[in-house]
Amino acid sequence: MIDFGKVGLKAGIEIHQQLNTAQKLFCNCPTTLRTIDEHDKEFFRYLRATESELGEIDAAAKEEMKQERMFCYFGYDTTCLVEYDEEPPAPLNQEALELACIISRLFEMTPVEQIHTMRKLVIDGSNTSGFQRTALIAVDGILPNGGKIETICLEEEAAQRVDGDTFSLDRLGIPLVEITTSPCMKTPDEVREIAGYLGMVLRSTGRVKRGLGTIRQDINISIAEGARVEIKGVQELDLIAEVVQREVLRQKNLVDIRNELLSRQATVITEPVDVTKIFSASSSTILKKAQCILAVRLPGFAGLVGREIQPGRRLGSEFSDYAKKCGVGGIFHTDELPAYGITRDEVDRLFMQISGGSDECIVIVAADGKKAHCSAMQVIKRAKTALTGVPEETRKMLEGGSTSYMRPLPGAARMYPETDVFPVRIEPTWYENLPVPELLVKKAERFVRELHIDPALASQLASSDQVFLFERAVSEGIAPSLAARTLLSSRKELARGGSDISCLSAENILMVLKAVEEGRAAKEAVPVILEKVGAGTSVSEAISECAPAVSRSRLEEIVRRVVRERRDFVREKGMGSLGPLMGIVMAEVRGSVDGRVVSQVLKEEISREISPNTPGDKV
Amino acid sequence: MNNEFHPGDIVLCRHGNTDRSGTFITMRDGMATIKLDSGYNIGVSLDEICLVTRPDITSTSPVAVTQNEALPQLSIVSTGGTIASRIDYRTGAVTSQFDAEDIIRAIPRLVTIARYRARKLYTILSENMNPAIWKELAEAVFQEIRNGSSGIIVTHGTDTMAYSAAALSFMIDTPVPVIFVGSQRSADRPSSDNTINALCSASAAVSDLGEVVVVMHGTMSDDTCHIHRGTRVRKMHTSRRSAFESIGIPPIGRVSYPSLEVHLEPAAIRRGTQEPSLAASLEERCGLLHFYPGMPPEAFTSFSDYKGLIIAGTGLGHVSTLLIPTIKELVDDGTMVVMTSQCLHGRVCDRVYDTGRDLIKAGAIEGGDILPEVALVKQMWVLGNEKDPERAAVMMRSCLKGECGGRSL
Repeated sequence: MIDFGKVGLKAGIEIHQQLNTAQKLFCNCPTTLRTIDEHDKEFFRYLRATESELGEIDAAAKEEMKQERMFCYFGYDTTCLVEYDEEPPAPLNQEALELACIISRLFEMTPVEQIHTMRKLVIDGSNTSGFQRTALIAVDGILPNGGKIETICLEEEAAQRVDGDTFSLDRLGIPLVEITTSPCMKTPDEVREIAGYLGMVLRSTGRVKRGLGTIRQDINISIAEGARVEIKGVQELDLIAEVVQREVLRQKNLVDIRNELLSRQATVITEPVDVTKIFSASSSTILKKAQCILAVRLPGFAGLVGREIQPGRRLGSEFSDYAKKCGVGGIFHTDELPAYGITRDEVDRLFMQISGGSDECIVIVAADGKKAHCSAMQVIKRAKTALTGVPEETRKMLEGGSTSYMRPLPGAARMYPETDVFPVRIEPTWYENLPVPELLVKKAERFVRELHIDPALASQLASSDQVFLFERAVSEGIAPSLAARTLLSSRKELARGGSDISCLSAENILMVLKAVEEGRAAKEAVPVILEKVGAGTSVSEAISECAPAVSRSRLEEIVRRVVRERRDFVREKGMGSLGPLMGIVMAEVRGSVDGRVVSQVLKEEISREISPNTPGDKV
Repeated sequence: MNNEFHPGDIVLCRHGNTDRSGTFITMRDGMATIKLDSGYNIGVSLDEICLVTRPDITSTSPVAVTQNEALPQLSIVSTGGTIASRIDYRTGAVTSQFDAEDIIRAIPRLVTIARYRARKLYTILSENMNPAIWKELAEAVFQEIRNGSSGIIVTHGTDTMAYSAAALSFMIDTPVPVIFVGSQRSADRPSSDNTINALCSASAAVSDLGEVVVVMHGTMSDDTCHIHRGTRVRKMHTSRRSAFESIGIPPIGRVSYPSLEVHLEPAAIRRGTQEPSLAASLEERCGLLHFYPGMPPEAFTSFSDYKGLIIAGTGLGHVSTLLIPTIKELVDDGTMVVMTSQCLHGRVCDRVYDTGRDLIKAGAIEGGDILPEVALVKQMWVLGNEKDPERAAVMMRSCLKGECGGRSL
């Protein structure tokens, strides 16, 4: 078990939460996600790194530019020229700005006086323009662990990767807030807790998107002897602790490897050697086909390149990630050879040609000349950093919680002004008068206190996306227990049963619940009624279809009994007894018979009762 | 003293509970724009910032451009526009301040196509162009032709590029390609169309072409640039990459990207077909009037002492009956009035309806299928070079530089 205090773990979170606004951040398109087969436009573009306004090119952008890449984009009838980077952006979405400011207030942050929209260079294809628009909204928030929220930014969401270099533009431009904490967390569990807390605060607004992919965490991690690493795209809260733990392990192992390399006096030979001829008849198809095979010599590295640094990842995997930036599929290294069709004899000849010693590890890359050279230089670059320890990097989470290299940490050079959007002044009085919503944890406590709901159910309600509908139902007179049960379970049951519950609007659900409250529908029938409504039946029809069937003869029986039991009252009041008796009969049939029918049968029975020729008279 | 900050000053700005270090960029709307160390800009009141240091401005010397002497010689004449723009971070606006060498530096692949001679003529936005500048531009381009360039690339803002291209089409007979190019999406963005447009125009400039053209992005994708005849092209969209279209004829060629292969249609005039000549005179007192329903006769008064007036009429080439006497007066006073159509596509025919017949009677000239703006430029050139009204009218009716055609396609 790792002692996180001892290794000096410091972690911070960047949380990205999509906002549920009507329109996108810089255009008037809806924020609706589409399925890929609905796309009706396809086009492709190339992106190039550009200089910041201070004349620098960002390191991360340069890395992405190692190969010229063509990106393909899918457009929809819900996307426009702004997403296609064919039209300047519209002004900053006011609804999104207001929501970002409300969130800032929830964290007690200080807003900036005047907001400037920036372009953050991102040329991995996920933005048609080659940059992501982002604006710093507020600074200095407070976390429950005493830590600090450094900034909150309002950004546009990137396009969704479909596959390889193909992106779907429905998601591009959806507003999101990016909340960055200070590196104030000391254990993996603390990171998970803070991430959970941030998510809870965001959901308290009731105006953020819900569901997988609508909230993403990036985690910044370092250990005392390591370096700052940013891990992107952790979607599930449950994986956060695991990711942190594995990164600590990776950094610790890289530090151990460095120490061993130093003690072995290992070096990196900075000129790759051409070894194409050795593999001209190789049974490895990759090597046999390759125009150019280059060897990178790493004296003192033997055994360490193949050493595991994280479950499923070796130092060699890191080399491979760097090489892939030049467009190769991967690398081979002698710690894992002979294998992959490369024979012992070929390995021996490789060592012989370059007269490598037994403590040497040789990495080989195979491609056309330019690519091979680019990949070899990348391997050399990464091998050199192995001698100094852990490189600062942006990494991508893999399934299970290990990570792979994406690009260097981006710097300030990736930011330059979005000149097509005017700065926006935040008026202090406007900011201070923004309504601050009740936190969901406070809501749960209030449900227990005021509505006498079981604490477990209350907290389940508060964390559910039904909580706002629940509050509305209660305020409209629905019993809290009925509302809670219906909203938490019935909908889930329906979804499990495969029904389409998307057409269950809040209004429809409330109508059904009101029917129960007014005795027009049985509590037990709610799931069935909702299922019918979900299938397209109107609420009133669904209620009448689901009500217990009362036949005409059964109705007549009930009416006869009710009248007979109150014979004296009926004879005294005559037709005046109709009203009171209606109520009694309707209660008996639980609202399942049309009132007019009941009234008609009842009238007949009353008139029979009060007429002088009634057979009953003679009894 | 508050206004004494210089761009590049390192400052501390008090914001929230912390002092943050940043770089002073500019003053905007009464507030200081500060670039924080994170790269974000924010606007801060002046009394919240204080100077830390004023670093020496180290200007990095630009990388020298090395060119392949074995390749054909092209001239880049830069006039400004988005293809050659960068952000002015003092104002935050996109301005034109690149010279031609900067373009080569920004688009290194250019040196695989040709070697370049750069000539910076103007750095203006194209809405600020005028006939006097067209003349200077024509003279500069002609000089480059005379100096033996294999082709000339004119970088130009897109707004009035079609006017300038038309002007040079009339003013210059050229044996080599004269190519107008620009970009619709500014050069400071990774997705800018400037690279493709510049590379395709260079490739077209070394091709077998021999006339004045516009080379711009052809589709929504980065796959083709179209080559448009200078007298038939029009900007048809405010912002799209593929804003330029040939009207009345198909594009006379295309350049594929990224292969940069040039395909010329048979209609394209070939290299070496024309002898170089320059006739740069223009009659600037020519105007263009867009008719609208209800337009009062007074709208014509500011053109009363003009030598020429182009009317963009409705449909087949009409204005309201009420305006016909005014037009007759203009014609009688010596103004050449030419009728074109707001429809842009199709041909003017003033012999179908009464209004049209009355216009002809009043002395208006039918403009055929010429574009209204091209008609204006042509009229300036015709009246600048031919003083005899009857001969000028004949020239106006004839096709001089492919600006009109006998057959509507």
